[in-house]
Amino acid sequence: MPHDHDHPHAHLPSDPALRVKALETILTDKGLVDPAALDEIIDTYQNKIGPKNGAAVVAKMWADPAFREEMLNDPMPRLQEMGLYGRQGEHMVFVENTPETHNLVVCTLCSCYPWPLLGIPPGWYKSDAYRARSVREPRKVLAEFGVTLADGQKVRVWDSTAEVRYLVVPMRPAGTEGLSEQDLAGLVTRDSMIGAGLALEPKT
Amino acid sequence: MSRIHDMGGRFGTGAVDPEDNATFAKDWHQRALALNLACGALGQWNIDMSRHARECLSAADYAGFSYYEKWLGGLTDSLVAKGVLTVAELEAGQGATVSELADRKLKADAVAATLAAGSPYTREAAPAEFALGDRVRVRRPARNALVEGGHTRLPAYAAGALGEIVLMHGAHVFPDSNAHGLGEAAEPLYAVRFTARELWGGEADPEDEMVLDLWQSYLEAA
Repeated sequence: MPHDHDHPHAHLPSDPALRVKALETILTDKGLVDPAALDEIIDTYQNKIGPKNGAAVVAKMWADPAFREEMLNDPMPRLQEMGLYGRQGEHMVFVENTPETHNLVVCTLCSCYPWPLLGIPPGWYKSDAYRARSVREPRKVLAEFGVTLADGQKVRVWDSTAEVRYLVVPMRPAGTEGLSEQDLAGLVTRDSMIGAGLALEPKT
Repeated sequence: MSRIHDMGGRFGTGAVDPEDNATFAKDWHQRALALNLACGALGQWNIDMSRHARECLSAADYAGFSYYEKWLGGLTDSLVAKGVLTVAELEAGQGATVSELADRKLKADAVAATLAAGSPYTREAAPAEFALGDRVRVRRPARNALVEGGHTRLPAYAAGALGEIVLMHGAHVFPDSNAHGLGEAAEPLYAVRFTARELWGGEADPEDEMVLDLWQSYLEAA
């Protein structure tokens, strides 16, 4: 048998899609789950909360020095005002990439991630390979993402072992002086805010 | 000392696949996430208990389950452990009775407010024993000092390592206690920086560094 029968979950169907459905049915029967609430949660993380939130913050940090200072020193009051607060984003810390330091965020123990700013993490962030190797050989992991570091740039890896959530502020690309905040935000990818990518170059 | 979830530094996982890029690769993934959040609203456990439930999956299940299967396994085991569901109901595929917790059900119109409310983990506690720039050594072995085999957020790869305090986070709920119903027991939390060579040996890049958030009782003065 594939399952450890000491554990109750082994009594559900082995096909995971059926397992979810069975559990939802039982919980709905018992009056504990409202399927419409599940739809609402899914809609929230599929359509409303995602990396565009974080990209808007990073673009504003690039464009507005006072806002940048605020985000680096005490971000939570302002994030709350902006409606960028919530579950898994209660204690944000922004870490800036510089010519000297490239930051990379991982959660080796599970999959901690700043939901209000980035949404739900992609598959690779939750993979054994990323969790195991980002701390031991971050440069090789970055190479697998096609990220090349500048000469002399060190890597600082943040392992999210508590309820503090880290967001990387990528370096602002050259040649973006005239761009609006909105156009700047278009250059800020999800991966660049984890540190597994760089901001995009502007189209010329 | 640790359980299978404690993956930092492990060999044998292969390359990272940046193409494994989707938030929800299958429809049931999003349903599994939503079920977890909806059941969390019933108030029968805290975040540390739910992490521990996933970590208590057997090593074979943890290794063999995809990500959301782990969530589902931990959730199901927690629901039964707390008496919310019975094994008989799991086997029957239907609920036998309406639960006495039904009045706590998360309703659709409350979802947005619930997710936006968050739950801060900072608490009032005794002042910090360490200051920015202090040298500290991580306790060894890395294990829950309160409960044998219990939940801890101290990764094995940091055990015994020498680091430096780089951020003071204030006092946070202590997972090693909170996961086992022993109270929040908030302690000062610090970001501690280690050189890659301290953690991984002389082959590591001499400039690279790793920062971990560590509770005060994981640390001693160095």
